[in-house]
Amino acid sequence: MPSVMLRKREDGKLIFYVAKKDLEETIESLEFDSPDKWGGEVVLGDGSKYAFEILDAPPKIPLTLQAKRL
Amino acid sequence: MAAMTREETEALIQEVLEVYPEKARKDREKHLAVNDSSLEKANKCITSNRKSLPGVMTVRGCAYAGSKGVVWGPIKDMIHISHGPVGCGQYSRAGRRNYYVGTTGVNAFGTMNFTSDFKENDIVFGGDKKLSKIMLEIEQLFPLNKGISIQSECPIGLIGDDIEAVAKKATKETGKPVVPVRCEGFRGVSQSLGHHIANDAIRDWVLENRDGDDSFPTTPYDVAVIGDYNIGGDAWASRTLLEEMGLRVVAQWSGDGTLAEMEKTPKVKLNLIHCYRSMNYIARHMEEKYSIPWIEYNFFGPTKIAESLRKIAALFDDTIKAGAERVIARYTAEYEAVIAKYKPRLEGKRVMLYIGGLRPRHVIGAYEDLGMEVVGTGYEFGHNDDYDRTIKEMGNATLLYDDVTGYEFEEFVKRVQPDLIGSGIKEKYIFQKMGVPFRQMHSWDYSGPYHGYDGFAIFARDMDMTINNPCWKNIKAPWKNQVANDEAVKAVA
Repeated sequence: MPSVMLRKREDGKLIFYVAKKDLEETIESLEFDSPDKWGGEVVLGDGSKYAFEILDAPPKIPLTLQAKRL
Repeated sequence: MAAMTREETEALIQEVLEVYPEKARKDREKHLAVNDSSLEKANKCITSNRKSLPGVMTVRGCAYAGSKGVVWGPIKDMIHISHGPVGCGQYSRAGRRNYYVGTTGVNAFGTMNFTSDFKENDIVFGGDKKLSKIMLEIEQLFPLNKGISIQSECPIGLIGDDIEAVAKKATKETGKPVVPVRCEGFRGVSQSLGHHIANDAIRDWVLENRDGDDSFPTTPYDVAVIGDYNIGGDAWASRTLLEEMGLRVVAQWSGDGTLAEMEKTPKVKLNLIHCYRSMNYIARHMEEKYSIPWIEYNFFGPTKIAESLRKIAALFDDTIKAGAERVIARYTAEYEAVIAKYKPRLEGKRVMLYIGGLRPRHVIGAYEDLGMEVVGTGYEFGHNDDYDRTIKEMGNATLLYDDVTGYEFEEFVKRVQPDLIGSGIKEKYIFQKMGVPFRQMHSWDYSGPYHGYDGFAIFARDMDMTINNPCWKNIKAPWKNQVANDEAVKAVA
């Protein structure tokens, strides 16, 4: 369960950053991204997949979250 | 010598790798690459931030160097105790030339060495008592200090001293912040982890100190300069430009910086990151906790300065945007004169770099402004994200080397034959003896500042006086110079 820091890049893309792993990738797709449901499976720019817990509302970004490696 | 093609560079890397045993070759192969600026991600071509290979010469430092030497050391009004044996503190004392204003020993302590001077006894029985005693002594001798940081050296972690408990006790006694930093040298693969640990210590022990205290008057133009260590006065040369365009620099991290400045940083509107490698952690934290955006900038060479000033101004209103244009216009005549003077003397010269956290990519622009070309670059302790940013700055088919070994670097230089090498003190005399002009790019070879427009003039002068120094013609012993000998014989006959 790495803790992941999410931030928005200037072009609006979400950046997925894991300090411990030296991993900084863009998020290519997020399973749920609507006002009442957010989270689920994410696919990163390098093809690897992680999963966030599903939240009731989109969180305020930047934020540190726990993600599960799939 | 003409620029090398991709195939030639690849062949050179293979040739250099040939002397290694198979296992070592496999490992080192991943750290050497030919640049391909079309790539988006560096991890496709180069591996970085890995353990150095035992048995090769690496020039990396340790976590203590990253914490005490880089991040904490320049904070001038705090006392940084090198907790452990005396050597680590003494040999890293003042070598980085982090300039500051203040009276050393009274209200500023940058060039002094405070150490707990561990002896066998302290290793056997623990050093906590000694540490508390030191802090009382410091309070008596240097009452104007604003706080203390305890920079652990290797033995502290090995014997398991509880410096956090001592720090808490001392804070209670003196009422000043005492920050324990667990930066034992053996942690991590290079000084890079030391930066991270130091950033985390600032986050945990310093940054929150003024949360909820709004007595500090703020303006919409407050910024903090982060990751500028004022080497030879760099931060001052950067600060003047920012202030001239109308911004208010609240804090300097950490060159010529103070504890109060760091505590006030959460009140700023924008964090400006110069050394991304050593301080991006704290910027990311402030973005998350205090919603302060951060951007990277580059103050080496007029092209990059203008680019950065406009990029910073774009985040503010029109007065700042106009201010940025005014600053650029004001210095145009000055830097054009510098380029007109030195470009003809330096045009076409080729440079190889091997430095630390930001310069392998940041100084490329400054060399290009002088008509020079960077043909090889590498980081001692860079991570993937550093190389991501580098591949775009470098030309195609140039050399990239991560954590280069002494042998590899020498072989590369012999084959590429650059006109100038920019690296550190450990490389300096090897290459000078090989007859290659050399500049120390960690501490600006006792010169500086190199940041900002003022720094660019000094940078250009230094490069010129190194490359065009007449001594390089006399490097070879006269009797080994065959041509000269033949002519002399003819003259006698």
